[in-house]
Amino acid sequence: MSETTLEIKDLHVEIEDNEILKGVNLTIKSGEFHAVMGPNGTGKSTLASAVMGHPSFEITQGSITLNGEDVLEMEVDERARAGLFLAMQYPSEISGVTTSDFLRSSINARREEEDGIPLMQFIKTMDGALDELEIDQNMAQRYLNEGFSGGEKKRNEILQLKMLQPEIAILDEIDSGLDIDALRVVSDSINGVREETGLGCLIITHYQRLLNYITPDFVHVMMQGRIVKSGGPELAKQLEAEGYEWIKEELGIEDETVGQKA
Amino acid sequence: MTVKTQFPYDKEYVTTFSEKNNEPSWMKSLRLRAFDLAHDLNMPEPDKTNIRRWNFTNFELGAEGSTISSLQELPEQLTDFVDQENVPANIQIQQNGTISFSALSEDLKEKGVIFTDIFTAMQEHSDIVEKYFMTDGVSIDEHRLTALHAAYLNGGVFVYVPKGVKVEEPIQAIFWQEDNTSALFNHVLIVAEKDSELTFVENYVSHNTEEETVSNVVAEVFAHDDAKVSYGSVDNFAAGTTSYINRRGVADERATIDWALGQMNDGNTVSENVTHLVGQFSVTNARSVTAGRGKQSQNFTSVTHHHGKDSDGQILQRGVLRDKTTSIFNAIGKIEHGATRANAEQESRVLMLSGDARGDANPILLIDEDDVTAGHAASVGRVDEFQMYYLQSRGITKDEAERLIILGFLEPVVNELPIASIQKQLRTLIERKIY
Repeated sequence: MSETTLEIKDLHVEIEDNEILKGVNLTIKSGEFHAVMGPNGTGKSTLASAVMGHPSFEITQGSITLNGEDVLEMEVDERARAGLFLAMQYPSEISGVTTSDFLRSSINARREEEDGIPLMQFIKTMDGALDELEIDQNMAQRYLNEGFSGGEKKRNEILQLKMLQPEIAILDEIDSGLDIDALRVVSDSINGVREETGLGCLIITHYQRLLNYITPDFVHVMMQGRIVKSGGPELAKQLEAEGYEWIKEELGIEDETVGQKA
Repeated sequence: MTVKTQFPYDKEYVTTFSEKNNEPSWMKSLRLRAFDLAHDLNMPEPDKTNIRRWNFTNFELGAEGSTISSLQELPEQLTDFVDQENVPANIQIQQNGTISFSALSEDLKEKGVIFTDIFTAMQEHSDIVEKYFMTDGVSIDEHRLTALHAAYLNGGVFVYVPKGVKVEEPIQAIFWQEDNTSALFNHVLIVAEKDSELTFVENYVSHNTEEETVSNVVAEVFAHDDAKVSYGSVDNFAAGTTSYINRRGVADERATIDWALGQMNDGNTVSENVTHLVGQFSVTNARSVTAGRGKQSQNFTSVTHHHGKDSDGQILQRGVLRDKTTSIFNAIGKIEHGATRANAEQESRVLMLSGDARGDANPILLIDEDDVTAGHAASVGRVDEFQMYYLQSRGITKDEAERLIILGFLEPVVNELPIASIQKQLRTLIERKIY
């Protein structure tokens, strides 16, 4: 696989005239796993949504490039076809569209019109991925995310990651709502993709727990809409042991949150 | 102010037409009575749609059809409507109101099932037809259009299922208004005797995008005790046809009438679908779907009218509107005094694809009894931007994402059509109308 680089520079993002990100810098390359940690309300999920192009957020300053190409100029679907993937914290429910049809459309969107994935090959790939993630085969014929439990939605996001094979994936709190067994299954699957494809990854979480299963190469701490501290996997261990207070003290931060209206 | 309306065909035409078809005298006199009534009666007044300027008078009558000897000779315009893989055993095709092709399995004939055109039915089964034709279902004197329907009746079928007979293979009727200026006054009469079962599917097809004409369609379905009738329809009248469509059901004790209506006309349309839940524990599921385009104006009214105790009526309406189309969706649950423990539920949802389209969903409950349950839900909205974002975030293009969301939105109705090939055909029609 070719080397891919996602570069985020001085990113400022607003929602409803409220600035949430205040100059984020981050570079992710193929094969690298970055974890962005931090308490609630510090801008972590906004970063994920802004990269993918969520309609509620406005980029007011800075740049995002993928291999030098301007991501901010791309439509959401173009970003995906360029190699970006976001496992969402709150994926939409789409009535009347089966998970299977949706997956097939997503795969075919990456191929030439006359070169759609053959049905049998698709079913075989999907069945294998469903088994690996310990998802009931029935889910393929259920409407997308409709009536899914929190855990089923998370597994479905990773199912898509596995089948779409992006260059750079962002996992937005993929661990929330997963019990310990599910967390292990999902982590194994992500680690599998990591080994097979050289995936680059940005893991957003506020728990160290997930990082026991997926070891990051880099750990970043986010507060007040900026990355305030970066380090190796040992930083995550320290956060688990000591919490975030010491960072706040070190940096003289009283309220780590951002964009909270009084 | 009364205006003496001139109808394009006079009483003599009606008399001659009736005699030419060797109709029994009751039918001839019904027609003539209806013709007189048509002058005195008012036009229907569908809620929230003004139809005063619609064309109901500019049409011709008298076009002939031609016959084919097998379904292999099916005209090109109809091939989409007949399942080529699972060739239907029970099908009638009418071209301009006359039989083009007709088939009914030997098995059903032996069991006493009747499936004929409406004129043959009047001659050969005069007693049954007289008992049900425009008596307890739709009356000739409801308004001018029901009167004109009887007066000018020029096509249709009669289906009779005897007591205890379960018709497993669907019965299909295709009404092809092949002549571009001919009007269709079509009548479907279905009688399902006690404990019988039937699946019926109809298609209306025309091609007059420019020439103006009229369709005036009435369907009456009688489901006697414990009978079950599943009724599917795909209406596909072209832009030049102004349609009045009235489908009505009467359900006796423990009877079920399920409707799955694909209302895909391109012209102005008034369509009402009323089910009288007469018997205790009678049930109806009234599902309908439409896709509006161009400048067409449409009015859809679904009614579950509860007379029987423990009756259950469910209405589900879905519409997708683009261009400058206007569509009104009225969903009415009416519960009479004495219909204790009746349940009336309604859901109407409209998706707007254009800023110039106008849609309105009106759920109405008229309840005259204390011990009942009822509920309604209605929404008029646009394609959800977060759903679009989610689908696009997987690489699906904007157009394809929108297509998936729209088809998914209509799926709860499309999926209920009784024949797989008709579902497929309806999906194709929806895509053609939306893109």
